[in-house]
Amino acid sequence: MSPLTTLIIILGLAGLGYLLGRRRAVALVAGDTRQLHSRPAYHGWLVALLAALPPLGLLVLGGLAGPLIPGATHGAGALLAPAAALLALAGLGVGLARISPGFRARNAVERVIGLLLILCSLIAIATTLGIVLSLVFESASFFRLYPWHEFLFGTEWTPRFGGGSKLGMLPLLWGTLYISFIALLVAVPIGLFAAIYMSEYASRRVRAVAKPAIEVLAGIPTIVYGLFALVTVGPLIRDWLAQPLGLGDSGASVATAGLVMGIMLIPFVSSLSDDIINAVPQSLRDGALGLGSTPSETIRHVVIPAALPGIVGAVLLAASRAIGETMIVVLGAGAMARISGNPFEAMTTITVKIVGQLTGDNDFNSPETLVAFALGLTLFVMTLGLNVLALYIVRKYREQYE
Amino acid sequence: MSDPAQTAPRPRRSLLQTDAGTRRRNAAERRFRTYGAAAILTAMAALAVLMFTVFRDGASAFVQARATIPVVIAADVVDPQGNRDPAEMAKILTMSYSRLLDQALTREIARSGIQVGGLTQRDITGFLSAQARADLRRAVLADPSLVGQEIEWRMMTSSRVDAMLKGRITREMAARDARTSVAQYDLAMALRDRGVVRAGFNWRFITAPDGSDSRPEAAGLGVAILGSFYMMLIVLVLALPIGVAASIWLEEFAPKNRLTDVIEVNISNLAAVPSIVFGILGLAAFINFVGLPRSAPIVGGLVLTLMTLPTIIISTRAALKAVPPSIRDAALGVGASRMQTVFHHVLPLAMPGVLTGTILGLAQALGETAPLMLIGMVAFVTTYPSAPPQGLFDPASALPVQIYNWTQRADPAFFERASGAIIVLLAFLLAMNLIAIWLRRKFERRW
Repeated sequence: MSPLTTLIIILGLAGLGYLLGRRRAVALVAGDTRQLHSRPAYHGWLVALLAALPPLGLLVLGGLAGPLIPGATHGAGALLAPAAALLALAGLGVGLARISPGFRARNAVERVIGLLLILCSLIAIATTLGIVLSLVFESASFFRLYPWHEFLFGTEWTPRFGGGSKLGMLPLLWGTLYISFIALLVAVPIGLFAAIYMSEYASRRVRAVAKPAIEVLAGIPTIVYGLFALVTVGPLIRDWLAQPLGLGDSGASVATAGLVMGIMLIPFVSSLSDDIINAVPQSLRDGALGLGSTPSETIRHVVIPAALPGIVGAVLLAASRAIGETMIVVLGAGAMARISGNPFEAMTTITVKIVGQLTGDNDFNSPETLVAFALGLTLFVMTLGLNVLALYIVRKYREQYE
Repeated sequence: MSDPAQTAPRPRRSLLQTDAGTRRRNAAERRFRTYGAAAILTAMAALAVLMFTVFRDGASAFVQARATIPVVIAADVVDPQGNRDPAEMAKILTMSYSRLLDQALTREIARSGIQVGGLTQRDITGFLSAQARADLRRAVLADPSLVGQEIEWRMMTSSRVDAMLKGRITREMAARDARTSVAQYDLAMALRDRGVVRAGFNWRFITAPDGSDSRPEAAGLGVAILGSFYMMLIVLVLALPIGVAASIWLEEFAPKNRLTDVIEVNISNLAAVPSIVFGILGLAAFINFVGLPRSAPIVGGLVLTLMTLPTIIISTRAALKAVPPSIRDAALGVGASRMQTVFHHVLPLAMPGVLTGTILGLAQALGETAPLMLIGMVAFVTTYPSAPPQGLFDPASALPVQIYNWTQRADPAFFERASGAIIVLLAFLLAMNLIAIWLRRKFERRW
């Protein structure tokens, strides 16, 4: 039985259960439904849930547990489907047998649905657990093959699939931070000034045009920015800045990726700052204006200082975005792992190398493949740390005015 | 600040005449305003340049030059046995059909009296797309009665000839490029002037599967669009119910306790986890652990579901929160249970907001590239996945990954394809956003 047939059988039994349960409830009171505790549909629903949920749970658990049991053969998997069908039939029978006029079917149905709701909420925790477990387990097998201190503090990245590769993370970390720094250098002033102008100066009409335009920037997929870096910005920077200055002749460079990533982050910074600036109480502005400050003095001396923790939080969130960004650096930054201060040279980042090591044919026993998981763990820890810090700062700031 | 009696005699001031200090402050004010306006203009200029370059580079991908010439399907070439048996004819490889096309083109040149100096056999063979022979072979095998006849056959020109007609390759460039020649360029222009080669809308670009490195003109988005569609289907079927259920519990039922806090923190953190980490999760959990196939839409769909869940939960909770408490109070007051209150009254009223958030989440998922690369969707796939549910397990590509794929190819014609694919992707995103805006406008309710 294919999984699909099993599914159809289970759902068919559940539908049948609904009809039978409903009819039986009505029949028990000879059509006078006022004598039932719950309306007939609830009796039907309960039978349907009893018929559908246990076998579905069995299938999901069986599918998940299958790889865990070492001795499980294909035969065990084939047994699963008939077992599930039998379970559905049993649930149908039990459900029908329990129907009586005084039976509180509605309460039972609502309890089951409540449990389902909780289960769905727990998927968030399960996802986080899945991420952490997969990163930690695969990283652990990497560190069994490769010393951790050489990974963390090594300054050379030369993977060789023949063995004897050097997998030092520092050049990648340097590239990541350098590009993120340039991106923030572009995005923070522009985003911040755009937010200030939009919330403090812009007329309704200007805002009606500018706000959606900046939001469009946020909706553009990163692959589009990546191609923009590769085809347009890279050659432009190479021909007009790097080559005349004699600093390099590579289209892919830290400056290219940083600039384009900065453009991508503008809407992110500006919408976050916009919220934060709007949260500053109007009374503070009125007070400053009443004392004779010009609007810009009010903003510089009152609004920004009051909003500063929130803005710092926004910058940290933007930094975490920049560190985790992949497509722009894959297409715009190059693949050379090196530590250099020249922004017109190609460098590479953690995300680029994760993609590089995990696409194509993988051998999940070689350190060259497994290193991607250690890089992923590094990335996860860095972005998580920045997010937690940012949320902490923002929350602390909010307490001041509420 | 200081004692007024001790200050120097006050300077004469007039409200009509601004003094130096005020002028300075006003100038600073104007400067500050200018910075703000400049920031917004910079952002809008960046958007304009981005859009301009995409459309400049990509619009031509939707046009393809095709040649229409009479081709003689010579029986001695395609059916040496002479028995019109498709099984026997299938042994004749594509290269033989190439000869037919070369002969046809040579005849056509002679017939229209085009005089081009220095035209070599290579120029002629390279004039037509390598896909043209394969198409002709397929047509002949499907209909053996064509053998021995002369048919008007419409076929794609090679990407280089196509680029000449689009003006991307000029006569000078053709002279410098080893793969083309001035003679080929002159031939292309002459055939265009005689109406033999014509540019038309390129449906193939949207419907055909990916083409190999050597035939960019044949590469299309069909498999990628289908793969993306399958994944969006999975995301919709999984993320919408799960997201709504989770939001309902968190917003309407969850008690204030540890577990709720943990879930909330998890959701806000997941929203900020880099997308590539979800790709690692997909690779480690769904492919290596559960054993689902690589490059299958099912894995991509699951990964994108997990990735968009936080977005959907956040917007759904906002929509539920916007339903005023009076609705709940009224329902509870006439004897509805809490569950009935939510499912019969609150949720229907919040539905427009929920759908808007879901569509925006889908749009985000549609443009996501990095996680799909890790689960093997960069593979070169030229067969369409079959219909769902089996098709969900077949290898497929996805729109953004296809774009990435094409940027990695050597032939510059693929850049045109990549930009064209971006236009398709942006068109889908635009449509989704318009639907979301329309939903919001039509059903939005102010309380």
